[in-house]
Amino acid sequence: METQTLIYLFVGLSFALYIGIAVWSRAGSTKEFYVAGGGVNPIVNGMATAADWMSAASFISMAGIIAFMGYDASVYLMGWTGGYVLLALLLAPYLRKFGQFTVPDFIGTRYYSKAARVVAVICLIFISFTYIAGQMRGVGIVFSRFLDVDITMGVIIGMGIVFVYSVLGGMKGITYTQVAQYCVLIFAYMVPAFFLSFMITGNPIPQIGLGSTVNDGSGLYVLQKLNLVLTDLGFGAYTDGQKSMIDVFCITLALMVGTAGLPHVIVRFFTVPKASDARKSAGWALIFIALLYTTAPAVGAFARLNFIDSVNEQAYATAPAWFKNWERNDLIAFADKNGDGVMQYRKGDAFAGKPEFTGTAGPSGERAVTNAPVADNANEVYVDQDIMVLANPEIGKLPGWVIALVAAGGLAAALSTAAGLLLVISSSVSHDLLKQTFRPNISEKGELMAARLAATAAIVIAGYLGIYPPGWVAQVVAFAFGLAAASLFPAIFMGIFSKRMNKEGAIAGMVSGLAFTFGYIVYFKLAAPDANVAANWLFGVSPEGIGVIGMLINFGIAMAVSSVTAGPPLEVRKLVDSIRVPRGAGEAHVH
Amino acid sequence: MDQQTPHGQDSGYDDPGEPTEALPDIDATTPDGETNLREDAYWHANLRLLGVLMAIWFACSFGAGIIFRSFLDQFSLGGYPLGFWFAQQGSVYVFIALIFFYVVRMKAIEHTYDLDD
Repeated sequence: METQTLIYLFVGLSFALYIGIAVWSRAGSTKEFYVAGGGVNPIVNGMATAADWMSAASFISMAGIIAFMGYDASVYLMGWTGGYVLLALLLAPYLRKFGQFTVPDFIGTRYYSKAARVVAVICLIFISFTYIAGQMRGVGIVFSRFLDVDITMGVIIGMGIVFVYSVLGGMKGITYTQVAQYCVLIFAYMVPAFFLSFMITGNPIPQIGLGSTVNDGSGLYVLQKLNLVLTDLGFGAYTDGQKSMIDVFCITLALMVGTAGLPHVIVRFFTVPKASDARKSAGWALIFIALLYTTAPAVGAFARLNFIDSVNEQAYATAPAWFKNWERNDLIAFADKNGDGVMQYRKGDAFAGKPEFTGTAGPSGERAVTNAPVADNANEVYVDQDIMVLANPEIGKLPGWVIALVAAGGLAAALSTAAGLLLVISSSVSHDLLKQTFRPNISEKGELMAARLAATAAIVIAGYLGIYPPGWVAQVVAFAFGLAAASLFPAIFMGIFSKRMNKEGAIAGMVSGLAFTFGYIVYFKLAAPDANVAANWLFGVSPEGIGVIGMLINFGIAMAVSSVTAGPPLEVRKLVDSIRVPRGAGEAHVH
Repeated sequence: MDQQTPHGQDSGYDDPGEPTEALPDIDATTPDGETNLREDAYWHANLRLLGVLMAIWFACSFGAGIIFRSFLDQFSLGGYPLGFWFAQQGSVYVFIALIFFYVVRMKAIEHTYDLDD
């Protein structure tokens, strides 16, 4: 069968599966809509959490980021896994014992204040929308590259699918579709990785392959060879980083704490039956996540080696077919600076910015670009980092069904994360804003209807942001973590571990942490991007890592304010006592 | 074998599942009457365990993977420089082990204090 037919078949079958699950698992009550009835098996929930967590960026971009950043990319590997230790040890079991539906539920009740709840809702919506726009964009990109439809159509199809299973099924539908999506995405990720690892090292297990010797007869280890090849071409060594230690430290910590503070991750732990199940479930989630996250560094390193091998010093005329395929998709470009018809791949930018193709062919038949060449280096090849995963099956000459699998996997990753985010947005509107704050008399049926309407509205807004991404989206998506680290995490953590923390302290802390972090990011990323260099950064911490400082500000202000204001009332101190012990967790319910 | 004091000399984290004193009465409370004594003892056993596990969490990622990375890179694990391995592989495995160790220990602690769910 032709590759294109296989892609349609695989993507079509996976979509049919998701819809089938959605119809089977319709939500009949608000409890099913918000927390899947509260009876999800911890291993199943772990798998759903992993799919929820691993977005289009994890699936498509991460290996490529590692391939190009080497050691520096460790911030993502440690940052996006270490947060689960914080979740399992510091937050999840207590929030499950508390037993309501949403993160603002906990903050509003623990800090006995509607204002605190509304502040938490604002933080949540802010974090979730910056995150979701990137997912819808990811859906659009996968569609346009693999299925030959344009990005707008791709986003609309994606919106339609997510609409069916999140609006019908709520958390219940999302949980079981996410389990299916995890299976699709991990299979799609591992198959090419096994092939690649076996090709390069003779060992099919990528985690071991990365530590083995290359089977080209040189006797060199993979990382040794990569270091040699890269330094020869003028790059830094792969196993050395370019970022300062303080920056690596802060970015890693911001990502870890941010992960533990992301509402769509936290709510997944409301769905298991008991507090002890929440701990177990976080452990399983991390196992399922680690499968992909420990494979990605191997995929990145192998792909970089393969790429250099098959591109550098190759005449364009004899370039492999995949090179020309992805050139057609704007992900690769060749600017023959020295006019020899041979591609030199070196450190530095081949030309300024993203390729702008003229529509005509250059001297060797390449797609000519109008970009001004950068003269201070000899590099002639522009390459987008996403190609490392997307083109892998072709670079490795793998069969067509593997390519189809990668397309279905990328879509599964994007859709599962989008659905989880939509759910926390809709439940914070229908539950926290309507039921708990502005319309307490709303009926169960009315609340469920409101939740579905809010989910619909959120899908439309997310789709709009995916089709017409404002310039700031790509810039800001990665910062959702810093914002979560600086706002929600400290408030939840102190709510459990400090009986003294009161509403004045928590609100002041959340507002100041969010405002500081947001201000710093907006200043360096949007207002004055030219000033975004290490010399201008506060303590040498980049905007990616500033959430750590924001978190410290949150903690500091909260403690200072709470020490000069009245402590929390007795019933709240009793509540803290009760969430600290697992006995009597029971099912999620309205207090 | 010599008879050793079974519980009294246990440093909290060696065996946090065992309370250092007899289990407090289920109805006893702290002097302010606010907190159940048994729950309080349980909470402190939990905090001790958390302290140790968070220290390991920090040591394997921020310690071995970042602060001491250059030093550790002079050793290697197969073809991996050791610091690099911690940063891109090892810390993730340690994280998993930490969570499951906590799951198991907490089950034991909850059981000891008769507070399991």
